[in-house]
Amino acid sequence: MNWQLALPEIFLSCSAMAILMYGVFARPERSFVMSSMLAVGALLLTAMLVLSGTPGAGYNGLFTVDAYSHFAKLLILVAVGLGVVMSLDYAEHANMQRFEFPVLMLLAAVGMMLMVSATSLMTLYLGLELMSLSIYVLAAFARDERRSAEAGLKYFVLGALASGLLLYGVSLVYGFSGSMSFAEIGRAMADPKTASPGLTVGIVFIVAGLSFKVSAVPFHMWTPDVYEGAPTPVTAFMGTAPKVAAIVLLVRLLSDPFGALLGQWQQLIVLVSLASMILGALAAIGQRNIKRLMAYSSIGHMGYALIGLAAGTGAGVRGVLIYMLTYVFMNAGTFACIIAMRRQGRNVEGVSDLSGLGRTDPAMALAIAIFMFSMAGIPPFSGFWGKYFIFTAAVQQGMWLLAVVGVLSSVIGAFYYIRIIKVMYFDEPAPAFDPRPASLSFVVGASGLFTTFFFLFPAPVVAAAEAAAKVLFR
Amino acid sequence: MNALNAAGFPLLSLLTFLPLVGGAVIMMIRGPEAAVASNARWAALWTSLIVFALSLVLWFKFDTSSAGFQFVEEAAWLPQWGITYKMGVDGISVLFVLLATALVPICILASWDSIETRVREFMFAFLVLETMMVGMFAALDFVVFYMFFEGVLIPMYLLIGVWGGPRRVYAAIKFFLYTLAGSVLMLLALLAMWYAAGSTDIPTLMATQFKPAVQTWLFLAFFASFAVKVPMWPVHTWLPDAHVEAPTAGSVILAGVLLKMGAYGFLRFSVPMLPDATAYFAPMIFALSVVAVIYTSLVALAQTDMKKLIAYSSVAHMGVVTIGIFTVNEQGISGALFQMLSHGVVSGALFLCVGVVYDRIHSREIARYGGLADRMPKYALAFMLFSMASVGLPGTAGFVGEFLVLVGAFKVNFWLAALGSMGMILGAAYMLYLYRRVIFGSITRDDLKSIMDLSPREIAVFAPLVVLTLWMGIYPSSFTVFWDASVHAMVEKHIAALASTSKLAGVIVP
Repeated sequence: MNWQLALPEIFLSCSAMAILMYGVFARPERSFVMSSMLAVGALLLTAMLVLSGTPGAGYNGLFTVDAYSHFAKLLILVAVGLGVVMSLDYAEHANMQRFEFPVLMLLAAVGMMLMVSATSLMTLYLGLELMSLSIYVLAAFARDERRSAEAGLKYFVLGALASGLLLYGVSLVYGFSGSMSFAEIGRAMADPKTASPGLTVGIVFIVAGLSFKVSAVPFHMWTPDVYEGAPTPVTAFMGTAPKVAAIVLLVRLLSDPFGALLGQWQQLIVLVSLASMILGALAAIGQRNIKRLMAYSSIGHMGYALIGLAAGTGAGVRGVLIYMLTYVFMNAGTFACIIAMRRQGRNVEGVSDLSGLGRTDPAMALAIAIFMFSMAGIPPFSGFWGKYFIFTAAVQQGMWLLAVVGVLSSVIGAFYYIRIIKVMYFDEPAPAFDPRPASLSFVVGASGLFTTFFFLFPAPVVAAAEAAAKVLFR
Repeated sequence: MNALNAAGFPLLSLLTFLPLVGGAVIMMIRGPEAAVASNARWAALWTSLIVFALSLVLWFKFDTSSAGFQFVEEAAWLPQWGITYKMGVDGISVLFVLLATALVPICILASWDSIETRVREFMFAFLVLETMMVGMFAALDFVVFYMFFEGVLIPMYLLIGVWGGPRRVYAAIKFFLYTLAGSVLMLLALLAMWYAAGSTDIPTLMATQFKPAVQTWLFLAFFASFAVKVPMWPVHTWLPDAHVEAPTAGSVILAGVLLKMGAYGFLRFSVPMLPDATAYFAPMIFALSVVAVIYTSLVALAQTDMKKLIAYSSVAHMGVVTIGIFTVNEQGISGALFQMLSHGVVSGALFLCVGVVYDRIHSREIARYGGLADRMPKYALAFMLFSMASVGLPGTAGFVGEFLVLVGAFKVNFWLAALGSMGMILGAAYMLYLYRRVIFGSITRDDLKSIMDLSPREIAVFAPLVVLTLWMGIYPSSFTVFWDASVHAMVEKHIAALASTSKLAGVIVP
């Protein structure tokens, strides 16, 4: 058996354990920063291992490595790395410098990597739970704060419910197809006419469970509360990497083993996508807290990404991957700016706190403006390209309803994005924020540069996404 | 780089991105605030003057006998997916590039003293705007075009919102959302065309025949975008707000160049790529345009705010342009192009005229003025010339375009021409009425008694516009010669395309 297939995951798990041991034995005042650094190093090494890995399937059909999982894993590792860097400074101020923090992030990363490589319902569930359990703890990490504890509990209870739904779906699919492995399931439902309706019911439950993880409507209820309550770096983390993992997993699951039942699940995804886009656009308008606003914004973004899945083609999957890539950077950058919103050592979260930022901190205002224009889909920023490739897929499949509702809700969404720019540039200045720490400037700068200059060199990224999509749609 | 490039170097890319470089330099200026402001002004002025000087190469080196694209540049961008970075101009776009590069230095000069806060950022935004405008007219790839077309929103949103009047936030957001709503539908049309043709190269798309049923939808998507930009009645309501609240330079560039983007879009995409839909929808466009001409002229007559009056007159003038474009005969299109150019110069100049008195009195109320001829003879002269040009007096720029459009319209339908010409009559009414109230009469207000005439800087702003207005009116051929070949080819192709579809459908062309 080719055990090296999972070498990156094995390495990352071992690193997490090692860092945990280090944290236990090191002097407490230094352990947090040091273990965060070690975590970043471990992520970098893992990324290199992923890059040098060779494609193949192994572990008796439980696990696969292909171009598709490559793309997703690299993106996840980048997102987790940005998350760790972002939390460095925040933890210091919020009095949550405990070495378990980066370790939990690494374990979540292992879970996500398992998810995107899963070719069996069992691996899928294991990865998903490893990720979720780590994030439940992270959400409640500021344990002295009521909001954080509430967010953690809420996320846990609702997440457990979603896991239950998913598990029920898995058991139905297993029952009606006789196997856990994707290949076997695919064979069992190769002919949609003879496929049992029980399978469809199972698919519906699985989609419901995963929709919860990507926070798509109607399983989005937890998002605004958890986003608002969780410590901001955790919110940033939740908003990026797990979303990538969950949506990538959903795409693989629906187009690989369940591909033959496209007609059954397509309507479901179309509906979820439409509802997410519309709700994301409308509900964000009334928000005054920027973290809640970003929660609705992410619901909307997931709606767009799901368009690519709904198309059910290689072009659609390519669109999903490019969209998630641009989304990760826009989101990480925006959240880094939100973490930097601090006055006299206290974090503020109101949209109105950004008033006149164009004058008090032009660099940060420029960065936020870039992220907002990008999220609104204005060219030349990267967000435009994500939408471009997503809508391409919809137009090719003639899904005009999705395409038209999508672009129109992006116009509605543009209203709240440009309102933030209005607050920063047109309004009178509020007191300046505290100086930004270098770690946050790094995340903002890197994401900002990527978002701004993506249009100069899109070809390699698009080619990589296309190669990844070819794995699912030959 | 392509051998067709007559300049021998990537002229159009240079014209497009040089302002951006200048803008980046401006953002690096450091020092005390007054020095930064002054340096930013000069740096912006020099950048825009150099760009303008470079763009004159287009004027001299452009081959007017050719209908094809010239100064073409190509670079790989997303080659596997049929998207290239491609720039080039033909007779239709070349003069708009020049219009944009010519108006920008004038605008920078006009905002020399009137912009006092955040000068550096203003100049930066303005130069970014120039990049977007020039790039849009020079783009020969649909994706490149779209990027510039929408990219315009970013600097313009900031220009209106930061340096605008009291209701600037409302105006800026309205402007942004109106235009965005139109252009996202165009994005879908772009994707559909890309899927059908496998490329976003504009010349390739022009050669592609789309099915008539598809054309209808594509046309409507384009229409949503361009009609808002033109703007056509009834989606024009963002324009008066944006104009009134924008700073003078913003209004000038809005009227002078941005409004042309919609009409240019019709000429570049709708008419050549979708001939059947163009013929099918022409009556609708005519109806909307006639309403625009008559209704907005009447609305202009009732305005009490100078900028609003000129804004509504712009809608009416652009109505004439859309009539001209959709006659799809040589006179009509030629007239539309001429009207676009002359409107760019004349309405820009009129906004500058408003800016002159606004800088002194800080009011745009017509009733606030009166009797300016006594104190400001030079100003009165310039204002008169531009008012007459706006009315369409023979010998000025405004006449040629309207006349050609009406000739073209007569070939299509008598009533179209008759109703279209109402615009000239009503135009005379509201412009003369405005002129009388502002310039003639006796000075009644104290602050007007000490008002100063044009300063040398302002004379420098108006002089080129005066020359252009007269030149275009007296010797229009030096402009029409640029597009004659292109327009001829376009009309021929349109007729041929219509004939081939009717043959396909088995219908005999009457």
